[in-house]
Amino acid sequence: MIKYIFKRLMYILVALFVIVSLTFFLMRIAPGSPFASEKSLSPEIEAALQAEYGLDNPWYVQYKDYLISTAKFDFGESMKYKGRSTNDMISESFPISLTLGIEAMILAVGLGVLIGVVTALYHNRFPDYLGTTIAVLGISVPSFILAGLLQYFVGLEMKLLPISGWNGFAYSIMPALAIAITHMGFIAKLVRSSMLEQNSSEYVKMARAKGLGKWTTVFKHTLRNALLPVVTYLGPLFAGVITGSFIIEQIFAIPGLGKYFVTSITNRDYTVIMGTTVFYSIILLFAVLIVDIIYGFVDPRINLKGGKK
Amino acid sequence: MKKNFLWLAILAALTLVLGACGFGGDKSSDDKSGEKTLNLAIASEPPSLNPQLATDTQSGSILNGVFEGLTRVDDQGKVENAMAKDVKVSDDKLTYTFTLRDAKWSNGDQVVAGDFEYAWKWALEPKNASQYSYIFYAIKGAEAYNTGKGKVEDVGIKAIDDKTLEVTLNNPTPYFLELTAFYSYMPVNKKVVEKNDKWFAEAGDNYVTNGPYTLKEWKHNDSVTLAKSDTYWDKENVNVDKINVAMVESSTTADRMFQSGDLDFLGAPFQSIALDKVNSYKKDKSLNIKDTAAIYVYKFNTKDDVMKNKNIRKALTLGMDRQGLIDNVTKGEQKPANGVVPKSINGWDSQTTFFKDNDMTAAKEALQAGMKELGIKDASDIKVKLSINTDEAHAAIAQYIQEGWNKNLGINVTIDNSEWQVYLDKVDNGDFQVARMGWSGDYNDATTFLDQYTTASNGNNQTGWESKEYQTLMAKAQKETNDETRLGYLQKAEQVLMADYPVAPIYDYTTLYVVKDGITGMEPDVLGNINLKNVKISK
Amino acid sequence: MNQPKQEIQKISKEKFNIVGGRHEQTEQLAETSVSFWKEVRIRFSHNKLAIVGFVILIIVALMAIFVPFLSPYSYKENLGAYNAAPSSKYWFGTDDLGRDVFVRVWIGARISLFIGITAAVIDLIIGVAWGSISGLVGGRVDDIMMRIADVLTAVPYLLVVIILLVVLQPGLVPMIIALSITGWVNMARIVRGEVLSIKNREFVLAARTLGAGTGHIIMKHLVPNALGAILVTMTLTIPSAIFTESFLSYLGLGVTQPMASWGTMASDGNNALDTAPWRLIFPAILISITIFAFNAVGDGLRDALDPKLRK
Repeated sequence: MIKYIFKRLMYILVALFVIVSLTFFLMRIAPGSPFASEKSLSPEIEAALQAEYGLDNPWYVQYKDYLISTAKFDFGESMKYKGRSTNDMISESFPISLTLGIEAMILAVGLGVLIGVVTALYHNRFPDYLGTTIAVLGISVPSFILAGLLQYFVGLEMKLLPISGWNGFAYSIMPALAIAITHMGFIAKLVRSSMLEQNSSEYVKMARAKGLGKWTTVFKHTLRNALLPVVTYLGPLFAGVITGSFIIEQIFAIPGLGKYFVTSITNRDYTVIMGTTVFYSIILLFAVLIVDIIYGFVDPRINLKGGKK
Repeated sequence: MKKNFLWLAILAALTLVLGACGFGGDKSSDDKSGEKTLNLAIASEPPSLNPQLATDTQSGSILNGVFEGLTRVDDQGKVENAMAKDVKVSDDKLTYTFTLRDAKWSNGDQVVAGDFEYAWKWALEPKNASQYSYIFYAIKGAEAYNTGKGKVEDVGIKAIDDKTLEVTLNNPTPYFLELTAFYSYMPVNKKVVEKNDKWFAEAGDNYVTNGPYTLKEWKHNDSVTLAKSDTYWDKENVNVDKINVAMVESSTTADRMFQSGDLDFLGAPFQSIALDKVNSYKKDKSLNIKDTAAIYVYKFNTKDDVMKNKNIRKALTLGMDRQGLIDNVTKGEQKPANGVVPKSINGWDSQTTFFKDNDMTAAKEALQAGMKELGIKDASDIKVKLSINTDEAHAAIAQYIQEGWNKNLGINVTIDNSEWQVYLDKVDNGDFQVARMGWSGDYNDATTFLDQYTTASNGNNQTGWESKEYQTLMAKAQKETNDETRLGYLQKAEQVLMADYPVAPIYDYTTLYVVKDGITGMEPDVLGNINLKNVKISK
Repeated sequence: MNQPKQEIQKISKEKFNIVGGRHEQTEQLAETSVSFWKEVRIRFSHNKLAIVGFVILIIVALMAIFVPFLSPYSYKENLGAYNAAPSSKYWFGTDDLGRDVFVRVWIGARISLFIGITAAVIDLIIGVAWGSISGLVGGRVDDIMMRIADVLTAVPYLLVVIILLVVLQPGLVPMIIALSITGWVNMARIVRGEVLSIKNREFVLAARTLGAGTGHIIMKHLVPNALGAILVTMTLTIPSAIFTESFLSYLGLGVTQPMASWGTMASDGNNALDTAPWRLIFPAILISITIFAFNAVGDGLRDALDPKLRK
């Protein structure tokens, strides 16, 4: 097990190196500069700015500097937001995105599994139709439309929740729901379909034959195996929730990291792009690793290579 | 199995703990009774709240509230003294002597002439790479120092004593006292700034201001809070105690906040009114419209194989239904533009009319002539690429004009839509035929619009057009001390430019805003700035 | 030695009939795979929801194909009526540029469906191949293949997409490439997960012992068993491709105006919710109905295909 994790950590290092290099070169290919604006700069000022951020060096020097700063996790100062360090920007905004993301994940997984289990247990009966309809609606309404509808009806018309901002739990309900809804539907469907599969398998029939109750069987046997695809989905879900919340953050004016990430790309704010890219990559790579480890725990049929059987 | 569930439980607990700490604390609006609060929104995080580094209207609108320059411009465009008690201009109009009033910084220090000298020279120092440094180029020796060709000693900015600042200019500059109201010309507290070069990154003890408000709080990407300053010289005339500026990127969201009462004001230079909402505010008569010194144009690439032809350019310029565009798409009662300088600029209401809007007969004639010159038989063989940067409003305008050109002139038009940076790159490299551009005046004088066309190499020209005659007229205007004659030269220059149609003017901007009842003093001036100092709340 | 032989001879001959060679019998067994698809069809047609979904998809497809030809208006024509409410003249109203929403919705259907289906098919091909090979071969190959997939998921998607669209110019093909470049990873993971849980089952082990090759095992055993999961994932890839398209349109990297897609129409209409709601409602309803239909068909197929549900 430890050997396995160690191996995976080595892979993560290699992957990070690849990502970091890829980002660097992709950034160089993309046209534009952090100092571009509608009113163009005089060549002298432009040169001074380039020199200040070391952008006048040949690419290999920049690449080297950049690898060194990445290794030290010190990405330097933003080129757009004067006097602000990338690390500060990330450490201020990420907790907000994370909070929102976790709230959304709890909603998505909680409701998704619940609906999935209920629909599977009452296969082709009323609860199944109701649950499936909810799941399908969740999947079929794009999050930004839901966000707009919620904001308009719940926020403005009914005045139940604040329209925008980030000043407490009430502010997070609508955005979290908007992020969660698609994933909820997704999870509900995955759970339903794998529950149905499990229900027809021998061990469940066996358990039922032994006289175990319906719900006991669900919790003791079916659910555990039926959650497998959900676990697989957790990695992408986490990634999607953390990085994909940009539009939601924008609609609800939430000062999260997603907003910084997208605006840093459109601003060509190289240092912030690098910082956020590396940061996101580390999170995503670890998310995948953790999911794989959980996977090994949940599914007894899978053995992690390098681990003891 | 129990062990596994334990794992999951631990994970869940961990997420909850993590989750509990991220909710940004409670709402900061600890409204004391009787405190007058103004709620505003801007579209994005201000890139910099250092007056010498700021380049955008977002930052500018806040800087206007917390700092104060030598002068201020009121909403009628009239210059009034601010930090300066008195201004003396020499007869040759080249030397300005400012006498400072007794004013204090927010930390209690005296505002001295040296603070101005320090700030202005800091902006010009090449290594600071201030993007707006060109706004100081009216001052003698400023351009040379800024571009590394001159010395700091030769710059015409001199603090004679703590109360007297002497500025020497290159040329008579009739609008110089407007410049001194611009945020780049605002002072900084030399003592504090020299000790801490990142003083402007956060609100706090180092962010020392001399304006009507102080920067009380800056929650990055979230909000900025201004509070009435106790040390401001004219604090009796400041009516508002607190200003909350939320950062709301989506104009639809900002609109909903206004409707629900979370915002007191909506409109430029703060977050603007969503295009789809303009009509409904117009209907309930709450919409305010004010002319603004800014212009929306389509620039032609005169180096392009088709666009090099003047008649084609003329045909495209004349073949636009500007009034229809304004009535149906932009909706803000903008004025159809006729030249490259907006009509609201000083003295420009007397400028001649260059062409008739939506003049299809003349447009078709010009098109025929142009096609003949280029040897094109059928109008549909002309393929025009109209470049815009991605934006709902630009796309709508482009589609309207595309339809018109196609329907009335029979030209094939495709819209080339790129992301902002890519777009700038394309336009700067001449990789376009027709490109949209907006230009807003930095000060109320025609030169802020005309300077860019002086040479083809000017980074803001982009059309590749230049003319000896135009250059001569601009040079003459620069040296002229008589305002009347100077205006004549500038108007003549615009006539020279418009005879060649390197630019198709579309409309002069207006500033649209809605404001809650009981709030006055939020009328923007002709440059679109709002003096937060003058805002009054009567409730 | 003689005795048993004699006894057999006593019973034999008359009591045995020649019923045919073994060859024919094995072929009959193989033929059950033909009736398998027949059975799928029968069971699918018994699923009412799936049939409804199927019909909806057909209708949407037909409308997308024919409406733009038959309508008196063009999708980019300014009709002079701005933000007009739905009426007998403009069935779905007009938008802020005076264009008929009805025509635009069906033009949008073409674009969105094309993007969604193409992306899903590409994901399917790459994802299934990648996931099943990785899961089946295992060991070092699995490790490397999965680590490549990890890297792809960890590369911030938006960065890749923006740069891709910048280099290739926004349009349909770059959009599809952008959607597929990391989209298949999810499919590959799910397939691999399924494969891992199936490959140690008795029937696969049996096939292996009998000397079946990897290709045979993938096609004959793993794919049919994983088909449920694959189909569910695929029916969900189409909507997610449609969403991603709208997300990218929102950032200005989507289809170029005046061309329409459901995503761009919905995100434009979102701003007009209280002034011209029809600009949001119609594309949103069509998105929902279509995605519902894909789901219903997908579920129906899954139930029909599931080998374990076969009686």
